[in-house]
Amino acid sequence: MKKILLMGNPNVGKSAVFSRLTGIHVIASNYPGTTVEFTQGTMKIGDEEAILIDVPGTYGLEATSKAEKIAVEMLKDGDAVINVVDATNLERNLHLTLHLLERNIPVIIALNIWDDAKHKGITIDVKKMEELLGVPVVPTVAVTGEGIKELVSRIPQACNPKVARRSEEEKWTEAGRILDKVQLLQHRHHTLLEVIGDASVKPLSGIPIAILVMFAAFKVIRFIGEWLIGNVFEPIFERFWQPLMMQLSSILDPGSFLRSIIIGKLIDGEIDFVQSFGVLTTGLFVPIGMVLPYIFSFYIVLGVMEDSGYLPRLAVLLDNLMHRMGLHGWAIIPTLLGLGCNVPGIMATRILESRRERLITATIISIGVPCAALQAMIWGLVGEHGGRYVAIIYLSLFVVWVVLGRILNMILKGESQGLIMEVPPYRMPSLQTVVKKLWMRMAAFLKEALPIVLLGIMVVNILYFLKIFDVLADFAAPLITNVFGLPKEAVIAMAIGFLRKDVAVGMLGTLDLTAKQLVVAATALAMSFPCIATFVVLFKELGITDTLKSVLAMLISSLIVGGLLNAIL
Amino acid sequence: MVERISLTDMNAGETGTAVEFIGGRGVHNRLCALGIRPGKKITRVNAAFGRGPIIVRVGSTQIALGFGMSYKVIVEVER
Ligand SMILES: Nc1nc2c(ncn2[C@@H]2O[C@H](COP(=O)(O)OP(=O)(O)O)[C@@H](O)[C@H]2O)c(=O)[nH]1
Repeated sequence: MKKILLMGNPNVGKSAVFSRLTGIHVIASNYPGTTVEFTQGTMKIGDEEAILIDVPGTYGLEATSKAEKIAVEMLKDGDAVINVVDATNLERNLHLTLHLLERNIPVIIALNIWDDAKHKGITIDVKKMEELLGVPVVPTVAVTGEGIKELVSRIPQACNPKVARRSEEEKWTEAGRILDKVQLLQHRHHTLLEVIGDASVKPLSGIPIAILVMFAAFKVIRFIGEWLIGNVFEPIFERFWQPLMMQLSSILDPGSFLRSIIIGKLIDGEIDFVQSFGVLTTGLFVPIGMVLPYIFSFYIVLGVMEDSGYLPRLAVLLDNLMHRMGLHGWAIIPTLLGLGCNVPGIMATRILESRRERLITATIISIGVPCAALQAMIWGLVGEHGGRYVAIIYLSLFVVWVVLGRILNMILKGESQGLIMEVPPYRMPSLQTVVKKLWMRMAAFLKEALPIVLLGIMVVNILYFLKIFDVLADFAAPLITNVFGLPKEAVIAMAIGFLRKDVAVGMLGTLDLTAKQLVVAATALAMSFPCIATFVVLFKELGITDTLKSVLAMLISSLIVGGLLNAIL
Repeated sequence: MVERISLTDMNAGETGTAVEFIGGRGVHNRLCALGIRPGKKITRVNAAFGRGPIIVRVGSTQIALGFGMSYKVIVEVER
């Protein structure tokens, strides 16, 4: 099969073009660096199938960065290149095109973001561009699909005019020369989006805007999440699932192994979805009735923020603060992703340049950033005792996040790199992209989290039944009771935290803890050992030594903070 | 009168022409890749806050540069 490479600068819409061509949905976001690893899929050109490879975005082909090295490697065995070019940023994009034309490979250009170019008053003479470059050029709007058909039909015309090698300087001059001939700029006034854009990066107006945006985001997430739980999920569980489970329960022999696994304990003769702890009762209710609504609302809001282009601006504003932790503003993006799930958060640390920054960011994410599932459970269980208890947990985690960052910055050798990044324009988020991303992320949650939750609850019940927990609880009791002031049964919840943190908090809910004990336990749980999924990516991203360092930091800090909270509160 | 100053000394809203970068090839390449090259017109967008990053507009693109990095960009401005 032919291998076709999709190449371009970062943030030109490559992921969006890739989805259009292959039908495989990949996450597109309005900030550079969405595609750090390559993805591949198949596409149809006429009757022929071809492999399409989404190459990491690069500015050049000098092999100076990791992404460029990968790109150069891939060029060696590709059969043709679809060069995605941002029509609103022609000169810089043409520089890469000129690089590509020097290689011995047929090229076709997708002149993407054509819609924005029009809005910005940029006119490009496509015919002229084809003439000057000697390759086909097709205007496209990847988010709506405009021009994609024509692009596919013209892939066979991809060609290479065999240009002589030019130096970097000569390439820039040539790019400038072509730009002057094909692009016509109409003078026009600043659009509203541009005015807002400038305001949100100026400190004086930017910081209030950031606070407002974060506050609004938080409110919207809570509102949608609670509404869904109260009006959709709880009623479904109570009205339909409860009677069904009660019937099942009456068939099964009370005290039998099977019933204690499937249904769990009855509370006052009834099934309690939080406390019963059976696989089909609590096991379904925690992930679907308590966590999923928040996953939904969190990713809607995150998706809109990602697509609008606000996140890089937040990164710029926070650059100063983050520098004190040995990071630069960019690190806020993995952190925000971590608030959904630590796994993608830690994977996104790849957008950071140095190993040191990745270690710091990944560690403080897995310690100080609670995932949406954990947060949903904290709101659900601790929130019943009053909002201030939830606030204490968040405040503790935030303080830990900052302090730990500073400490790591001091102990780890090296310096943080200077920030250089493109601030993408504000765009109206496209409904289609947001919905598609939301769907992918929800599906991933159900596919990856649900089985582990069910398994976790099953394991808990089996271990309970075999009385293995009693041994474990007695063993760890001194630590848990003396340092954290928790009953010894809480050990089990802590241990289960390794599997899933939401299940672990759910177990705390069965222990009749006081509000203070809940706060201590939930905080320690959030900070201590990462859940298994997070552990696996930490290991993959950081390697064994750094993972061990990171885990050590977690254990120490959760002991200290849990102990402190127990002493202070 | 034309003055040679560092990007950090430009005023918000002021436009100048990039002339040179202090530092090695690494810095040079990273800046060039984003379209900040000697001879290019650069407009500073924001006023800095402490040692916060500086945002400039080059063509139709906005680029954020850390304070340390901005210091290395020398521009000529008409004052
Ligand atoms: N207006 C407009 N936006 C686009 C177009 N193509 C992509 N985008 C948006 O541009 C941003 C970057 O796209 P993405 O596919 O993640 O770029 P990549 O980093 O090159 O893979 C996303 O927010 C997309 O929704 C387009 O043709 N028009």
